[in-house]
Amino acid sequence: MGKLKTQSLQKRHSDLANTNKQLEILSNGVFANGELPTFKNKISETNQFPLKAKTLEILQINVGYMCNQVCEHCHVDAGPDRKEIMTKETMQQILDVIKTTGAHTLDLTGGAPEMNPNFRWFVEKASKIGVQDFIVRSNLTIIRANKKYYDLPDFFKKHNIHVVSSMPHWTRGKTDKQRGEGVFDMSIKALQELNAVGYGMPNSDLKLDLVYNPSGAFLPGDQMAMEKDFKKALLEDFEIQFHNLFAITNLPISRFLDYLIASENYEDYMYNLVEAYNPMAVENVMCTNTLSVSWDGYLFDCDFNQMLELPVNSKAKHISEYKTELLEGRNIVISQHCYGCTAGAGSSCQGIVA
Amino acid sequence: MSKTYYDPADLRKFAKITEWSEELGHKFFEYYGKVFEEGALTSREKSLIALAVAHTEQCPYCIDAYTKDGLQRGVTKEEMMEAIHVGAAIKSGATLVHGVQMMNKVNKLDG
Repeated sequence: MGKLKTQSLQKRHSDLANTNKQLEILSNGVFANGELPTFKNKISETNQFPLKAKTLEILQINVGYMCNQVCEHCHVDAGPDRKEIMTKETMQQILDVIKTTGAHTLDLTGGAPEMNPNFRWFVEKASKIGVQDFIVRSNLTIIRANKKYYDLPDFFKKHNIHVVSSMPHWTRGKTDKQRGEGVFDMSIKALQELNAVGYGMPNSDLKLDLVYNPSGAFLPGDQMAMEKDFKKALLEDFEIQFHNLFAITNLPISRFLDYLIASENYEDYMYNLVEAYNPMAVENVMCTNTLSVSWDGYLFDCDFNQMLELPVNSKAKHISEYKTELLEGRNIVISQHCYGCTAGAGSSCQGIVA
Repeated sequence: MSKTYYDPADLRKFAKITEWSEELGHKFFEYYGKVFEEGALTSREKSLIALAVAHTEQCPYCIDAYTKDGLQRGVTKEEMMEAIHVGAAIKSGATLVHGVQMMNKVNKLDG
């Protein structure tokens, strides 16, 4: 892989590495002067405030912020310089909780989750518990990054992992612009290797889904139409097959917020999100059935709230304190970034929601 | 008072034209929305046509709108530029084909 796209905000000592600064930006400007309604006011118009957590369906675990890539728009501010890595002890606490919840989906994310030294141990243990859908969000290039990762497709297959991978576009230029030079070619190679062991093939139980998120300051187009275009291009150009495409909106936080401000697109982008607001998407927004666990075991309504350091509104703040009765029905913590999940057909880690 | 005729922020106010002529405004937006729905042509194809026409009409609002619309649909910059060339070719062709009228007139007056 070529040179990294950028550096983490933390490494750059950017003001935005401070989450209070991000929250301040999201509350000021067009939201403070009344040009645009706050998210709280917007959902109040349709009596949807406060948003409340329903039954837990998805447990999303962020096993660390370390990553071999430094994508331009990463909401985690991940990169090789990030040292936050989940310990085996925290993983064990999570395993204990998984056994007690009725969650049907376990979703591992990062950073590059495979870079956690206890990743394989955790997958082996967790896969024995028997959740219905066990997702690993793999950035693809990790599979080709180092010899020690070359067998990942077989490892995923052995544990019936559902692989979900980012792919910003079916062309090299647009992908490398967002994710770094050489990322496209390595991702293609990794997808071909996943296909070779059966992932993504028609009628295969080895699920391979791709995540599309826009490469710039615009919202994703129709998920079905994008999926059709991706499938056609990847099959014709590289004989690659996959199952579903999830179209995900970039939320205005972390490095994407930094990009929006630096490119003078922030205000327009917020207008776009608010104009595309869809109350139907609010009904199924992912924070209402998901719990996000950070690398150090703390609980959040979603991965975005985790990155903004907005903890759950519950007495149970840590996985070691998990109790269904303390978390179900809790009020979801919101700010203006939430407009990202309610725009158009909505957006979640599983794609559209409305 | 704005110092230029065009203000990018005015595009956000487009829907306000309805306020001064409600029925016609609503009918226009209803028609507009219907035109861009998936039909015999895909929405992606329609977006590229709109981008080319936006250029031949030299409408800065439409150029902004359909450049963004194209990006949202995964249209590449190469596709966008080719679409604009189609518009440009028709514009220049439309100019040049009138050369035949000029030739006819010359031939008639001075042939």
